[in-house]
Amino acid sequence: MQLSRDDLLDAYRVMKTMREFDERLHVEFATGEIPGFVHLYCGEEASGAGICAHLDDRDHIASNHRGHGHCIAKGCDVPGMMAEIYGKETGLCGGKGGSMHIADLEKGMMGANGIVGAGTPLVCGAALSAKTLGTGGVAVAFTGDGGSNQGAVYESMNLAGVWTLPAIFVFENNGYGEASASSWATAGGSIAKRAEGFGIPFVTVDGADYFAVREAAGEAVARARAGEGPSVIECEMRRFYGHFEGDPQTYRTEDELAEVRERRDPIPRFTARVREAGLLEEDDFAAVDAEVAELIERAVAEAKAAKVPAVETLADHVYTSY
Amino acid sequence: MTTSATTSTKPKTFRAAVNAALKQEMRRDERVIVMGEDVAGGQGGSAETEEAWGGPFGMTKGLIGEFGPGRVLDTPITEAAFVGAATGAAMTGLRPVVEIMFVDFMAVAFDQILNQMAKIKYMFGGKATLPITVRCLYGAGFRAGAQHSQCLYPMLTHVPGLKVAIPASPYEAKGMLAAAIRDDDPVFFFEHKATLGMREPVPEEEYVIPLGQARVMREGKDITIVAIGRMALFAAKAAEALAEEGIDCEVVDPRTTSPLDSEAILASVRKTGRLIVVDEAYPRCNMATDIAALAAQEAFRDLRAAPRMVSPPHTSVPFGGPLEDAYVPGPDRIADAVRAAMTDK
Ligand SMILES: Cc1ncc(C[n+]2csc(CCOP(=O)(O)OP(=O)(O)O)c2C)c(N)n1
Ligand SMILES: [Mg+2]
Repeated sequence: MQLSRDDLLDAYRVMKTMREFDERLHVEFATGEIPGFVHLYCGEEASGAGICAHLDDRDHIASNHRGHGHCIAKGCDVPGMMAEIYGKETGLCGGKGGSMHIADLEKGMMGANGIVGAGTPLVCGAALSAKTLGTGGVAVAFTGDGGSNQGAVYESMNLAGVWTLPAIFVFENNGYGEASASSWATAGGSIAKRAEGFGIPFVTVDGADYFAVREAAGEAVARARAGEGPSVIECEMRRFYGHFEGDPQTYRTEDELAEVRERRDPIPRFTARVREAGLLEEDDFAAVDAEVAELIERAVAEAKAAKVPAVETLADHVYTSY
Repeated sequence: MTTSATTSTKPKTFRAAVNAALKQEMRRDERVIVMGEDVAGGQGGSAETEEAWGGPFGMTKGLIGEFGPGRVLDTPITEAAFVGAATGAAMTGLRPVVEIMFVDFMAVAFDQILNQMAKIKYMFGGKATLPITVRCLYGAGFRAGAQHSQCLYPMLTHVPGLKVAIPASPYEAKGMLAAAIRDDDPVFFFEHKATLGMREPVPEEEYVIPLGQARVMREGKDITIVAIGRMALFAAKAAEALAEEGIDCEVVDPRTTSPLDSEAILASVRKTGRLIVVDEAYPRCNMATDIAALAAQEAFRDLRAAPRMVSPPHTSVPFGGPLEDAYVPGPDRIADAVRAAMTDK
């Protein structure tokens, strides 16, 4: 896989933005200013970034409750996302959705989701539109290891197979669904292998390796665009933080957490590879870091300063009001 | 309520009251099992049993330690399968208590609820009993957004074959959960997420609050407020404020919407001649419309004012703070409705 300097800079920028966005939320959430609950994507950046690197505005993704990274990878406006998480009127959904419901249809982002597994049928629909309308688009569902056990997921995989849809089912196996290990919750031991029963090509990749994810996704997207139907990609990785902010993580040892940070952090792994290959230098990373820091700072400042939605907007967007 | 002379009473949270009822019923009857996502918690991980989650809200904390994995079953995230499995188990000798974390998630299991659990006893000519309890969190006010904040009990109340219990406070929860688990029909048991930390005196001894028996939370002569779940607490608050204005409210908490204690509701309405019904659920076809219609049909001649309904606007639950605050009916809106009804001639 030959990536240009710009490709690499983009990849780094996307992953770094995801990381700084959620690291900042980790800090801000602890102050109590952010309503509801948030689920952080730290440690999983290579998956969203590597998959979405192949997508453009024709393409759609559906995300889950851990969706900030997916939104960023698909090009959602970062200050608009932050304002949504703060519940402000300038948010991408006018402050009505929050962290679990960020959506931006113009960018092909069909929504984070509060219902585990619910994105997979929606993605079949987006893939059907792409196929029927001949847009050349593909549709990608991001589902967790825990979410992979929902019936809707398997119904969707079967449907995508039967209809030969340009759909890609990405399973982000971060080791746990809430407090339960995926190794415990997955009968048969492999999520990806379940695709075999549907005749869907599948692959398991190291989800902390940007290049591995990107390569697997490239093949899946090419198949979909060529009209050859769905694919399954399982990305194996670990989340850095708890299931939600505030989770004491009694089900993981300190050793495991330390190991995850040290060996499974996709960002240093990416930079080390790129630096060794002499493709980007310290100054390149530093320039992106500064740019990202400025963006996140601005996003938070704007979100905090923005107005909350007017109470008069409460009953907007319902077909009728009583 | 049955209490012995040696009753010892301690302040307990709603969470602790539910937990105590579960332990009590599991000790009492070994056919009672508990299942749900992370109800033990930490399967396949490195946690010690004592540290296990006991559910994301700690409602089932300590059960795995006392009763073991044979009776406290973690499930994958697969509501259709485990709600259905509980139904099948109930038909064949167990008494499952299922946790559907947030009631919103029942949607993915709805066939098992609507077409299986609710209908099996009737369709099979009464041959099956289904002693199953489904516990779930409900309600707005948690900044949890549209998919984690619904009430939905009117939908279940609508379906013949299901019972629906909505305890307002810790004391109520302990007695009603015992009744639900001992009942031979499917009972949905609703816990308001905003009241989980609420504390009140709860007897350590066993007691059972029968399903289908309303309680009069406050006696009054001017107007009846029927209010459900968390709204009953708000109605009692509104009634206190109104008492200072000289309006004497009677507050009735139906406790269960199926069976509904229509006698108690009608008796109160006949006495006061005025009715407000407060329901946090979406306004159309909810318990407020149902109970107002009941009063209109059965107590028309006793009514001195049109029944009034206090519910949220007909929208999904918004995420943002001010919107959600404006959405949920509070004591002020209840009091306004009472004042308006009092001026009706
Ligand atoms: C249908 C449904 N059931 C349960 C939940 C509660 N819940 C939210 S996230 C989650 C765990 C999801 O685990 P996984 O799919 O592995 O995603 P991760 O959080 O690890 O990214 C659960 C059980 C839900 N939101 N929807
Ligand atoms: Mg997971």
